[in-house]
Amino acid sequence: MARSNRPVSRRQAWWLLATALVASLPLTPELPLWLSLAAGITFSWRAALTWRQWHLPPRWLLVLLVIAGTVGVILQYRTTLGRTPGVALLVVFLALKLLELRAARDVVVTALLCYFLVFGQFLFTQTIPTALLAALTVLITTAALLAASDDRPPPQQLLARAGLMLAQALPFMLLLFVLFPRVQGPLWGIPQDRFSAVSGLSDSMSPGSIAQLSQSDAIVFRVKFTGEVPPQSQLYWRGPVMPSFDGRTWRVTQTMGTYRDIPYAGVGAAVDYEVTLEPHGKRWLFALELPATLPPDSALTNDYQPVARQPVRNRMRYTQRAWPRAIAGVNEPSSVLRSALALPRDGNPRTRAVSASWRAQYGDDDAAILAAAENWFNQQLLIYTLNPPLLGSDIVDEFLFDTKRGFCEHFAASFVFALRAAGVPARVVAGYQGGEVNPVDGYLVVRQYDAHAWTEVWIAGRGWVRIDPTAISAPSRINLNLAAAVPAGETLPFLARSDLTWLRELRYRLDAITNGWNQRVLGYNPQRQRDLLADLGLNEPDWRSMTAVLSVLCGAVMLGLTGWILRNRLRVDPALAAWRRFTARLAKRGIAWQPWEGPLAFAERAARQTPIHAEDIRAIAALYVRLRYEPAPQASDLAQFRVKIARFKP
Amino acid sequence: MTYNAAQKHIIHQSLRKTPTPMRLPELEAILADINRIILGKERPIYLSLACLLARGHLLIEDLPGVGKTTLAHVLSRVLGLDFQRIQFTSDMLPADILGVSIFDRDSGAFHFHPGPIFSQMVLADEINRATPKAQSALLEAMEERQVTAEGATRALPEPFFVIATQNPTHQIGTFPLPESQLDRFMLKIELGYPDPAAERELLAGADRHQMVANLAPRITPQQLIELQGKARAVYASPALIDYVQSLAAHTRTEARWQAGLSPRAGLALLAVARAWALLDGRSHVLPEDVQAVLPGVIAHRLRPADDSVRTEVGAVAAALIEAVPLP
Repeated sequence: MARSNRPVSRRQAWWLLATALVASLPLTPELPLWLSLAAGITFSWRAALTWRQWHLPPRWLLVLLVIAGTVGVILQYRTTLGRTPGVALLVVFLALKLLELRAARDVVVTALLCYFLVFGQFLFTQTIPTALLAALTVLITTAALLAASDDRPPPQQLLARAGLMLAQALPFMLLLFVLFPRVQGPLWGIPQDRFSAVSGLSDSMSPGSIAQLSQSDAIVFRVKFTGEVPPQSQLYWRGPVMPSFDGRTWRVTQTMGTYRDIPYAGVGAAVDYEVTLEPHGKRWLFALELPATLPPDSALTNDYQPVARQPVRNRMRYTQRAWPRAIAGVNEPSSVLRSALALPRDGNPRTRAVSASWRAQYGDDDAAILAAAENWFNQQLLIYTLNPPLLGSDIVDEFLFDTKRGFCEHFAASFVFALRAAGVPARVVAGYQGGEVNPVDGYLVVRQYDAHAWTEVWIAGRGWVRIDPTAISAPSRINLNLAAAVPAGETLPFLARSDLTWLRELRYRLDAITNGWNQRVLGYNPQRQRDLLADLGLNEPDWRSMTAVLSVLCGAVMLGLTGWILRNRLRVDPALAAWRRFTARLAKRGIAWQPWEGPLAFAERAARQTPIHAEDIRAIAALYVRLRYEPAPQASDLAQFRVKIARFKP
Repeated sequence: MTYNAAQKHIIHQSLRKTPTPMRLPELEAILADINRIILGKERPIYLSLACLLARGHLLIEDLPGVGKTTLAHVLSRVLGLDFQRIQFTSDMLPADILGVSIFDRDSGAFHFHPGPIFSQMVLADEINRATPKAQSALLEAMEERQVTAEGATRALPEPFFVIATQNPTHQIGTFPLPESQLDRFMLKIELGYPDPAAERELLAGADRHQMVANLAPRITPQQLIELQGKARAVYASPALIDYVQSLAAHTRTEARWQAGLSPRAGLALLAVARAWALLDGRSHVLPEDVQAVLPGVIAHRLRPADDSVRTEVGAVAAALIEAVPLP
């Protein structure tokens, strides 16, 4: 019977069931519930078939089920194209293929399907646990493939053999990873439907929108500073700027890509750093105020926010330079200033009255009005809290005069409103403030709960001046962190809390590992590859030289592995090797030595068949017996044996 | 080329009727004596002698009247061993084999009367006619080479050799031996009907009983013990040990048998192969020796997974030999 037609044994069926389970279980969160349930039922069916040794379902039923599954996927997604529908279809086919295990060929097909599903996992996440799980799946699938050819060894032996095979493949994997010419962009760049639910800054700000973010400890970006990390109070990561106000909500009105070059001059020392930005689905590229360089493929808006050409859908890395003390916007166009003064026609009368009093007192001196405003805010004894009371229609008045409790968006919004009411151009800037240095790898990690809003005020001759009204009332938010600023007892995200030091330590380490994975493995792009190859002495490699190096190294590894495998074979007894030469020569004459045949028995048989060589054959066999089966054979015996065989020409 | 076909091409050197020049003279004489009385049975005779030299016990399964008892008789005569025959019956008790203590009125004490087992060569005839109780008494004595009765342990004589015969198990009134007890026999052979020429010679020849009675011992029991020592000293090279091991290992992975060969079976295979080599006049074992004794070693040890099919021992051994390449 041909090998591929052998029936599938029970052990093979169990192996495949295990493989299919590990391959499809990690996908359940991505699949619709009905599909996971259906797959689960099919797997149980398969287990029952194997356990009870029932007959396989008839072919017409399988065809019906395949059609039903495909129609189900199409109804669910309206298409069979794309990531999730594709993976869902694969799961359908895998589950049903298990019910069709008739011959060894089906085992191989099923195992290959499982390999495919491992790719499916990577389309959804690329974290270290995913990679470990994928490695486990590959191991089990390989063991199942081994069982397809011989299912007798116990599972641990098959797994060990599969592990050995994968270990032999590992050097090639590493070589290909490091040296295969990279393409720009991530390997897993398919996701389009990924960021619908990612929380983060939005392009509008109303009371409560940033406070909401304070409950999330998701990482926004990581920063590696070339030099010292600047003090916490200077870490203002500029995000969307919001000049437009409708009485409740502040909005972005910026014109994208106004400046392709930096429109202001730097003052004082620059800060260099590298940002690794997590995908967030918007075009914003966060930069330390104020950006002195632009990341590739990006431009500056007319309010100095760097934006990329495409939404950030994959983790990206860019180097940046910042001028913390740049003077920007001295010659700001009047349209920008006009929008920085716009207010709704009415509302918040009490604040407007206070602002009017400043204008009356200081006349045209905007700087003096600013000072007065800061002073007045300080005297209002405002309280910084994550749980401000709900506000009615006049949000600025109610916050400043009645509730006096608010989060950073209340402070920034009220401050800008007050200044605009006094006729001083001002605007709200959203972004992130601060961050936390991971002592393990030195990266500064900025999380969603670092989201912040502050203000910029335009003073003639000085341009835009950053004023953080939160810092006036709650300086510890800026100098330390969120946990230090909010009153005790308010709920904070787990990671923002400052107690539980051991947990903190653990988190630092885990985060450093994750970051290392992101930077070195997932973020291994053409640039990194060039740098690494330059370090290895391969300057400015093009794809040709890289391919050449790759081929040479792969060849070297292949040789090494082959040598390692052959070492056992080369250790064959020299007498046996010579005996094989001898029998091969006789085999050409039609006298084939059977591998189980004793040497004397064979010699006797051969001698009868070619009587002219009988003497030689008997002598050679006697020497072979001397070498292999008698005690203490001498080296001279071996030499004589070899000579006799060399001279033996039947 | 199959094993059996290859065997047809060559007659194994050991089985040639002509004297083998390297063989020890006393063994040559013994074989000549036996072959003179039991005609056309060179191979079973060879195997039984090899079994004796390997200090093992022999099981013969065959129909009545093919010469089982004669073989035992001849062996004991030419080897100079004292001989006892125990006919096993269904009402037999262990004491009938081992012996009993009887109160002696004169000395006022119990006196042990040794049973027939206290003999250098014991023929246990139709062992599967006895109940398991009696069977196990014999088999324990075989294994321990001593008898414990009424608190006292008594050593059996040296050399000690049991030839048990059993009727084919499908005959009525038999208690088949369990596998664990069968394993204590080093070899199981079948004699079979003689070929026509041998049978004609037997019919024409002299009375076998007379011939046996006239046989003179060729060696003393002491010499036999020395020969057994020589057999044990036959060299088995690492390559040969590997071969024996792979044969045993193969039976364990193959699904066609209920259970593979036990390590004791592996030891038996090597021991008999050594004795076979000694009979052939060699001081080292060859794969041919192992292959020659393999049918006798596995005959009562490997049971096919499918019990309903009766397979020829020779075919089973040949299949095993062909499946395992020489290392």
